[in-house]
Amino acid sequence: MSSSRFVITVIGLDRVGIVAGITRVLAEHQVNIADIRQSIMDDLFTMIMLAEAKGENFDLAAFQQAMQAIGKELGVEVIVQHEDVFRFMHRI
Amino acid sequence: MLIHPEEILETIKMVTTQHLDIRTVTMGINLRGCCHPDLETFNSRVYDRILRCAENLVRTAEEIQNLYGIPIINKRISVTPIAIVAESCQSEDLVSVAHTLDRAAHEVGIDFVGGFSALVQKGMTPGDLRLIQSIPQALATTRKVCASVNVATTKAGINMDAVALMGRIIKQTAEATRDAGGLGCAKLVVFANAPDDNPFMAGAFHGIGEPDCVINVGVSGPGVVNHAVRELRNPSLGEIAECIKKTAFKITRMGEMVGREVAQRLGAQFGVLDLSLAPTPAVGDSVAAILEAMGLESCGTHGTTAALALLNDAVKKGGAMASSSVGGLSGAFIPVSEDEGMIRAVQRGSLTLDKLEAMTCVCSVGLDMIAVPGDTSPATISAIIADEMAIGMINKKTTAVRIIPAPGMKVGDMVEFGGLLGIAPVMPVHNFSSEVFIARGGRIPAPIQSLTN
Repeated sequence: MSSSRFVITVIGLDRVGIVAGITRVLAEHQVNIADIRQSIMDDLFTMIMLAEAKGENFDLAAFQQAMQAIGKELGVEVIVQHEDVFRFMHRI
Repeated sequence: MLIHPEEILETIKMVTTQHLDIRTVTMGINLRGCCHPDLETFNSRVYDRILRCAENLVRTAEEIQNLYGIPIINKRISVTPIAIVAESCQSEDLVSVAHTLDRAAHEVGIDFVGGFSALVQKGMTPGDLRLIQSIPQALATTRKVCASVNVATTKAGINMDAVALMGRIIKQTAEATRDAGGLGCAKLVVFANAPDDNPFMAGAFHGIGEPDCVINVGVSGPGVVNHAVRELRNPSLGEIAECIKKTAFKITRMGEMVGREVAQRLGAQFGVLDLSLAPTPAVGDSVAAILEAMGLESCGTHGTTAALALLNDAVKKGGAMASSSVGGLSGAFIPVSEDEGMIRAVQRGSLTLDKLEAMTCVCSVGLDMIAVPGDTSPATISAIIADEMAIGMINKKTTAVRIIPAPGMKVGDMVEFGGLLGIAPVMPVHNFSSEVFIARGGRIPAPIQSLTN
């Protein structure tokens, strides 16, 4: 594991308040957004964020749980994965 | 953003809809320090050793699973072949060792423990014989223990006495687990050229020459390959090979990353990454489906061996490019009961035992998870093993037989094993006798291919 950066993927039906809801939880966990992309494909809201945990006592399990809970509330799927998985799979 | 969104979505789709997973993280544990003439002392040393090495295995694997969002399906342990480490035990019966392994497996929370094994390709020691004779009872009275016996290598030839014995042992194992459809046989493999670092069950053991404690990882993904091949528009076979190679590359990279991280956190050495397309009963997660995606109406028809050869080779090439630690079996598995496409092919009548045997010449393992009628004779089972061992010996490759003579069942019946082991259609065998051939015993000499020095 080379960093404390995570890729957060949010997929679901578009509605008001998705970005607001997700970023609120990020702030609560001291997670900073390094990059963000968002698009609507076939009515499907897709947001991909590169985020970095800033807190010294960052608890990944608790963060993932909180993200899933907010995802459920907003009716979208939220996946939090360490960035290395994508780097390793697609880059040499 | 350095990582392209399409790549992120591709990875996520592989996991969520195409069944990509780390099939197993297997910890190899050396038991050579546990030897003792007193069986009870030996058992308690084995128990303590496994608990000491593997107490954090499951928790660590789960942490990594959450960190990367890639499911790790099984956590397993392989140990030094018990026949070797229990050789000095003054006891005729080694069933209690299997119980010890089972107890340790439950305690640390793993799914399977492999290594109730013997290597007898050139001959048997008294310890080997005691272990093999303990197999039926050991498998009938444990849940997580797997057994394997290596009866042939390219260097040594085929030990036909052991082949004859294993025919009888398989029948006894089926009888001893009669109520579960002969389930014990699903945990027993007979090998030629068994690899020392295989993370997959039932054949995993911690070979001689391995480090003290090692992490081997098995990655799977027939569903991903199947999906990638089906996405191609009217491809040539060269394009299919290229596509499989690229997909295998990606899967392997992910496995290596996970393996190294687990090993580092546990303070163990990272051993090998075994990229094997291991199907599951889930629809689409099927090696047969990949072969059919190449243009065969039903797996097992003419052309199947060629298609499988292309698949197996492309998987290896992709894997070899992606990691310097590719080992184990690495290729395509063709277990009938675990592959929904294979089961359907058998039921349609397109896939037979003879065709499966031909397919094992070009893929990574052998006749795997095949149910045959309960009244199949021990000599016929031995003869099936002998054929498969000959293929491994001559082609300098691993081959194996995991066959279930399902008690009381006849051709066309279905035997259900549950979970990843799936459902096996009972397949016909030849009715002509092999009795005299098997009864001759002795050794089939090592082939000319063995003279490489």
